[in-house]
Amino acid sequence: MLEIKNLHARIEDNEILKGLDLTINPGEVHSIMGPNGSGKSTLAQVLAGREDYEVTEGSITYNGKDLLDLSPDERAGEGVFMAFQYPVEIPGVTNTQFLHAAINAQRKYRGQDEIDAIEFLKLAKQKRQMMKIDDSLLSRSVNEGFSGGEKKRHEIYQMAMLEPKLAILDETDSGLDIDALRIVADGVNSLRGSDRSFVVITHYQRLLSYVVPDFIHVLYKGKIVRSGGKELALELEEKGYAWIEEQIEAAAV
Amino acid sequence: MTTMTIQDHQQAGPLAELNPASLPQSPAWLQPMREQALARFNKLGLPTTRDEDWRFTNVAPIRDALLELSPNGQAVTLSQRDADTCAVPGVTGSRLVFVNGRFNASLSSIKPLPQGVRVLSLAEAIETEQALLKTHLGKLADFEDQPFTALNAALADDGVVVCVPRGKQVDEPIYLLNITTADKPLLINPRNLIVVEESAAVTVIEDYVSLNGEGVYLNNAVTEVVVGDNAHATHYMLDRESTEAFNISSLYSRQGRDSRFESHTALLGGSIVRNNVTSVLDGEGAWSQLNGLYVIRGDQTADNHMRVVHAKPHGDSRQFYKGIMNDRAKGVFRGRIVVDPDAQKTDAKQSNQNLLLSPDAGVNTDPQLEIFADDVKCTHGATIGQLNEEQVFYLRSRGVPYDTARAMIIYAFASETIDRMGCEPIRRLLKGQLLDRLPAGEVLKKIL
Ligand SMILES: Nc1ncnc2c1ncn2[C@@H]1O[C@H](COP(=O)(O)OP(=O)(O)OP(=O)(O)O)[C@@H](O)[C@H]1O
Ligand SMILES: [Mg+2]
Repeated sequence: MLEIKNLHARIEDNEILKGLDLTINPGEVHSIMGPNGSGKSTLAQVLAGREDYEVTEGSITYNGKDLLDLSPDERAGEGVFMAFQYPVEIPGVTNTQFLHAAINAQRKYRGQDEIDAIEFLKLAKQKRQMMKIDDSLLSRSVNEGFSGGEKKRHEIYQMAMLEPKLAILDETDSGLDIDALRIVADGVNSLRGSDRSFVVITHYQRLLSYVVPDFIHVLYKGKIVRSGGKELALELEEKGYAWIEEQIEAAAV
Repeated sequence: MTTMTIQDHQQAGPLAELNPASLPQSPAWLQPMREQALARFNKLGLPTTRDEDWRFTNVAPIRDALLELSPNGQAVTLSQRDADTCAVPGVTGSRLVFVNGRFNASLSSIKPLPQGVRVLSLAEAIETEQALLKTHLGKLADFEDQPFTALNAALADDGVVVCVPRGKQVDEPIYLLNITTADKPLLINPRNLIVVEESAAVTVIEDYVSLNGEGVYLNNAVTEVVVGDNAHATHYMLDRESTEAFNISSLYSRQGRDSRFESHTALLGGSIVRNNVTSVLDGEGAWSQLNGLYVIRGDQTADNHMRVVHAKPHGDSRQFYKGIMNDRAKGVFRGRIVVDPDAQKTDAKQSNQNLLLSPDAGVNTDPQLEIFADDVKCTHGATIGQLNEEQVFYLRSRGVPYDTARAMIIYAFASETIDRMGCEPIRRLLKGQLLDRLPAGEVLKKIL
């Protein structure tokens, strides 16, 4: 489904991703962990098509297409979704307008019929109940005045509405209390399936005990330096990243 | 040595120098004001960019347009249907239609009004409402250093007079539809007087529109609004002039104790548009809100001059102006707040936000505070920015194409201003016009 080869990306004069390789098959859940500043969000943003980042080397193939050739909205139409680490507020655009526009734009991209307001509201209600999101959210502006936790839940709600093929969650669990974490995890789990893949970026093992990953990768200084099964998370939690850093620095000498 | 030939004089047009012969026929009580205004206009001349008040807007193209005075008495024929197409759809209430500045009774309809409420043309009021006009006409619109106001005072002979007596409330708006059909470069001087007595309420909509969206002309309008104690007056100014036209509108209000005044402005059309609003809070506890939006493109200029004067204590004033400039368009916002020594406990707010959609678009924003009282709250803020690319990216990452994403954000920006307007048909019109101007507006219409 997704094949990243030797990916190098920079912002301004800063090279952040320095030869990253990652292959994800349909139905898999991959978790990416790594210290602050290692490039996790950069990877997520590059996958979503953020133009501030310049890809200087390498390739990303998604379902046989060159992902880097597609605009952010085309990528979304192809089923790529990223839950933002820091969702932006858009005053004046209501959540309803926003999501209705998004769904119809994606449907149009895929050559499907647009859905009308009634259908949309029905679908939205169902997903909102699943995410335990208050109805008043509908008429509020996108992310405006939301608490940190509300923003994160709102990202997953969008994911549930848009039903992507590849979902990248950038620290969606950070700052959630245990109830909100469960809701988010249930939301993710309910979408798991043989044709949908996830990249779950997190610092904490906690989420991974609800959303059990198939693989865990450690991103360090712009490269994946270690990959393993779900037990790697426990090991990281116990020993911290210093343990990996030491190994790498030792190997480099 | 003044050996100007008649032809030369016509070439120069009325803006070069006002000829006493061009003053309209007036009763003796009105004549002195006209003569003073004429003298003042001839003394002041047209402003140049060396005048502080006109620093950012060059009116030379208006002078060079060789304007002619709107012919007296000679009504232009216009079908009811044409008038209806020009009107804002859905506005109910009394409608007064002016064609090239002349009141057209057959196209107008005045609905039943509460007892004692008067709504009539200025031309008629000059005959029948002498007492009212003597008390109020020209009392707020000081032309001492305002050449366009002087020009209007000298020449204006039509417009609307509204008087709502004590305690009366007019529920539906009074709609002044000013249609210009100019095939000649006319100079039109609409003049309106709105008197809202104690505890009375009324909404007046002043709308400028050109019949076919074309024509070079100048609407030089002056409107005075007298807001009595505890009264509530709402005024709308809609500029939907042709793209070549000029519009200079000066709104003057003075408020009594505990009164409310709302001014809503939308500038969309015209090549050079100047919007002057002078709001004087001359009674304790008065509340004034000046809310405006300018959406311009091409080579349009929209120049907004606000002057809010707090003359008495406990006044609240709010200025909310937003601008969207595309192509090479130029916006100006100058907002002056004056707080007199007496006006303690004043609460004055001013905000001006601007969105530049093109690298060649520009705006000058300039708050000016003159505060002579010590116990006051004055805040002002101005922003100038491009579209927020992070917001655009967020929308795109959900599948919304670039143009639609931009349109949504621009629309949201303007909606804040539009949503303050209580008149639903105007909100609908403005939102529709805004969407029509955005590349992906059609897409948005389906979901908004
Ligand atoms: N706009 C920018 N300009 C310059 N440097 C940037 C910019 N954005 C990010 N960086 C740098 O790139 C590096 C990687 O950032 P990134 O956000 O990808 O890290 P991260 O792994 O997601 O970290 P965290 O765990 O804190 O979220 C950091 O050193 C950061 O300072
Ligand atoms: Mg990050």
